[in-house]
Amino acid sequence: MATLYRKTLNWLDERFGAGSVEEFLRHKTVPVTRHILWYYLGGMTLFLFIIQVLTGILLLLYYRPTPNDAFESVQFIMTQVRFGWLIRSVHSWSANLMIFTAFLHMFSVYFLKAYRKPRELTWISGMLLFFIVLGFGFSGYLLPWNTLAFFATKVGTEMAGSVPGIGKWLLVFLRGGQEVTGATLTRFFGFHIAVLPGLATLLLAIHLFLVQKLGMSVPPSVERAVAEGRTSLRNMPFFPNFLLRDMIGWYAALGVLGGLAAIFPWELGTKADAFAAAPAGIRPEWYFLFMFQTLKYLPARILFLEGELAGILGISVAAVVWIMVPFLDRRIGFGRLTRVFSGLGVFVIGYIIVLSALALR
Amino acid sequence: MTKSIIFVALLFLSLRAAVAAPPKDTCITCHAALGGDLAKPASQFEVDVHHQAGLSCADCHGGDPSDDSMNAMSHAKGFRGAPKKNQIPEFCARCHSDAAYMHRFNPQMRVDQLSEYLTSVHGKRLKQGDTKVAACVDCHGVHNILAVSDTRAPVYPTNVASTCARCHADPAYMKGFDIPTNQFALYEKSVHAQTLAGGDTSAPTCSTCHGNHGATPPGVSSVANVCGTCHVMNEQLFEKSPHQAAFAKMGLPGCVQCHSNHEIVRPTDAWVGTGPQSVCTTCHTPGDKGYGAAQAMLADLTHLDSSLTRAAEVLNVAERAGMEVSGPKVELAGAHEDLVKARVDVHTFDAAAVGKLTDSGVEIAAKSYQAGVAALRERDYRRKGLGLALIAIVLAIGGLYLKIRQMESGDSIGHRGDVERKAREV
Amino acid sequence: METPGPTSRDSVQSRRRWINLLLGSGVAASIISFIYPALRYIIPPPVAESASNFVVAAKVGELKNNNGKIFRFGSEPALLVHLADGSYRAFSAVCTHLSCTVQYRSDLREIWCACHNGLYNLEGRNVNGPPPRPLARYEVHIQGDDVVATRAA
Repeated sequence: MATLYRKTLNWLDERFGAGSVEEFLRHKTVPVTRHILWYYLGGMTLFLFIIQVLTGILLLLYYRPTPNDAFESVQFIMTQVRFGWLIRSVHSWSANLMIFTAFLHMFSVYFLKAYRKPRELTWISGMLLFFIVLGFGFSGYLLPWNTLAFFATKVGTEMAGSVPGIGKWLLVFLRGGQEVTGATLTRFFGFHIAVLPGLATLLLAIHLFLVQKLGMSVPPSVERAVAEGRTSLRNMPFFPNFLLRDMIGWYAALGVLGGLAAIFPWELGTKADAFAAAPAGIRPEWYFLFMFQTLKYLPARILFLEGELAGILGISVAAVVWIMVPFLDRRIGFGRLTRVFSGLGVFVIGYIIVLSALALR
Repeated sequence: MTKSIIFVALLFLSLRAAVAAPPKDTCITCHAALGGDLAKPASQFEVDVHHQAGLSCADCHGGDPSDDSMNAMSHAKGFRGAPKKNQIPEFCARCHSDAAYMHRFNPQMRVDQLSEYLTSVHGKRLKQGDTKVAACVDCHGVHNILAVSDTRAPVYPTNVASTCARCHADPAYMKGFDIPTNQFALYEKSVHAQTLAGGDTSAPTCSTCHGNHGATPPGVSSVANVCGTCHVMNEQLFEKSPHQAAFAKMGLPGCVQCHSNHEIVRPTDAWVGTGPQSVCTTCHTPGDKGYGAAQAMLADLTHLDSSLTRAAEVLNVAERAGMEVSGPKVELAGAHEDLVKARVDVHTFDAAAVGKLTDSGVEIAAKSYQAGVAALRERDYRRKGLGLALIAIVLAIGGLYLKIRQMESGDSIGHRGDVERKAREV
Repeated sequence: METPGPTSRDSVQSRRRWINLLLGSGVAASIISFIYPALRYIIPPPVAESASNFVVAAKVGELKNNNGKIFRFGSEPALLVHLADGSYRAFSAVCTHLSCTVQYRSDLREIWCACHNGLYNLEGRNVNGPPPRPLARYEVHIQGDDVVATRAA
C-alpha cells in the first residue's frame, strides 16, 4: 500500500512537482489546546458542502426547473426514484446543518481571533463564502416550488427591494421580473447550480490555499502563555492524527443525516399557486429569522428614515463592520479594545438567538 | 361695459340654476316638510327602484306633482289615494300586468304576477275579504321597494324566509288560520337554510318550493316533483321504486315522509336499517321484505364506510411518518364517491343495487388500504436500512477511535513518536 | 510502556491487525451503505418521468361517438367527451357547485351533474342549475394511438 503511494507520488512529481506539495502538506499540524474542538468546524463545513454537491448532482438527474414541472419532479424523486427520498432529504437536511456549522465556524474563528494578522484575507474570503452559503440556502429553497417556498421567496425578495438606490433594480434582477414567477425559478436555479458554485469554488480555493500556507492559528491566550514561558505548545500532525479524528466527526455527521432523512423526511408541501392568498405565518428559513424579526419590530419611521430602510441599512452596516473586524480590532489579544470586540461577538450571538426565538413564537 | 358684464353673468347663473333644477315634485316636498308618519314615504322613496326608474308618487297615486296647493290631490287631477288592502294587487298590476308598459323598463320582466297571485291561498282569501293575508306590499315593501337582486331586498333569496316568517311564525297573528307556525324554526335547522346562509343562492328557500306569487304548498302527490327539480337522481330512482305506488295508495307524500318538509336535515346512514333512528321501521316490521332490505342496505353502507375510515387512517399514519401517499389518497376519493352514490341508490330500496356500488367502493378502499400498509412497510424498510448503515458507521467510528489510540499510545513502531518529534520540529 | 520482546511485540502486531481490520471493514461497510443507494438512484425508475400536465385519456377507438369517459388527471377526475362529429373535448370533471363528479349525457348531449341537476354545455359553460362557474377545459390532441389531454400550469 505504502509503496504504491510512493510510486504514484514519484510519477506525479516527475510531471508537475507534486512532491514538494506533498512534503509541505505532510508537515501540517494543528495546535493542541483546550480549544481544539473548534478546529474541526471548518473541515466539517467543507465535508457537508461536498455532500451538498454530490446529492445536488444526483438530484439534477431528475429535477426540472419550470413551474409546471418543478414540484412534480421533486414529488417524483420522493416517490418513484429508488432512494430518491434519501438523496432529497439528505440534501435538504445537510443544507441546514452546513449553514449551522458555518455559523459555528465563523463565530469560533471570531472569538479565537484567528482573523488577526496574517490571516485577514482568510477571514474576508471566509465571510464572502458565508454570504454565498446563505445565497445557496435562499436560492435552493425556492426550487421545489411549493407554497411555503414561493411565499418566503416573495417576502425575501420584497425586502431586497427596500435597499436604497439599487433596491428596485435588485428586486427585478432577483425575480427576473416584477413578480415571483417561472422566470424567478429559472434564475434561482442558475444561481444555485452554476453561479454560486463557481464563486464558491473560487473562494474556497483561495480560502483553503491561505489556510494551508499560513498554517493553523494559535489562540491569543495560548500564544501569550507560551511567550511567557508558562506552557509549551503541543502540536498534532494533521496527517493522519487530526484527519482520523476529523473522519470520526464526518461519520457521525453521516449518521445524523441518515437518521434525519429516514425518520424526519423533508416535507414536500403543496404546489405553489401564485394566485392563492399567502398562508398565515409565512417565515423565511431559520437562518434568516433574526433579520426578518428585526424588520418586524422596527417602527414605521426612525428619525428621517423609513423603518424598513433603516433596518436594512443597520444590518448592512453591521455586516460591513463584521467583515472589517481584522482591521478594526487593533492590538488583538491585548487591551480593552479586544475585549470590546469579544463582547460585541457575544452580543451578536445573543441577538441572533433571542430574535430567532421570538420569530418562532 | 361693466353693466353688460353683470347682465351676462346674471343671465348665465339663472340659466344654470334653471337647467340644474329637477322637475317640481310637490308630493315629496310637502310630505317631507310635514314630518312624522306623513314624511316617511318621502324619505323612503329615495332608494325605491321606481324612483330610480324615474317614476314619481303621482305615477302610482295619481294627482299633480307640479301643483303647490292641496288641489294636487283632487279627483280632478286624477288622484287615486292610498289603496285599501284588498285593492293593492290590482293597484300594482295597473302597470305590472301591462306587458307593453313594463317592457319599456325591462324587456324580460314577467307580467303574470297578478294572475299567479289570484291562484294562491293569499290571493283567494284576499278576494274573500281576509285582510290579514299577504299582498304585494307585505313582502316587497311600500315606498322603499328594492329589486329582487338587491341583497337588501326582503325578497332577496337569503331574506325570503324571514319575510314569510313575519306572519307565518307569529302564533298570535296566525290565530284563526288552521296551519302550524313552526315552519320557519324548522327550516332554520335544515341543511338548505345553512347552505343558503353559507352563500350558495341556489339552495331552496320558502318560495323555491311554494312559489312566490302563486304561493301554494305542493300537494301530496307533487312533493316529489318539487324536490326532484334539484335532487333528480333521488326522485327518478324513487319513482321507479316500489315505494312510489305504495305511498300514492296510502296518500303519503313521497320525499317528505322520511325527510320532512321544512326540517330537512342531513341524513345519516342510521336512518336506513332497523335501529332506533331508522325511518324504515315506521312502516316495516320484522319479517317483511322491506325490513330485510333495510338491514342489508345498512350493512353494506356501514361496511363501505368503515373500510373507508380504515384506509384513510392507515394512509394518514403513513403520511405523518413522512411517506408520500398522495396517489392512494386520490384513489380513495373514488371509493368515497361510491359511498355517496350508494346512499343515493338507497332510494331504489333495492338492496342489490346498493350492494353493487358498495362492493366497488370496498374494493377501492381495500386497494388504498394495501397501499397504506405498503407505505408503512417501506417506512420500516427505510428504518432497518438506516439501522444497518448506522451499524456500519459505528463500526467505522469505533475502528477510527481505536486506530487513533493505538497510533498515539506508543505501543509499537506507531506514530506516537511522530507527535512529539513533529512538535519539536515545528 | 511496553517492554519490547518477541511475545509482546507479536501481540501488539496482532492487535494492530485487528484494529486495521475493524477500521477497514467499518469504512468499507459504510461506503457500501452510501454507494448502494446512489447507484440504485441513478438507474431510472420504470415510469421514466413525472407527467403532470398531460395524460393519455383513452386509446383511439376506445370511446364511441357521443360518449364520455372519466379519467384521472393529476389528483382529480377529468371527463373526456367524444362528440358525434368525431372531435374530442376534455374538461375537469369536478362540478363547480359542490365538487361532485360530472358525467356526459348522450341523450342531452350535455354534461350533467347528478347531485343537484347542474348542466354544462359542450364548451364547459354552466348553462343550467346551481353550478356557478364553467368547468375548466383541457386541450386534446391525438398522438398516434393515444388521445392525450393536456393543460397549462
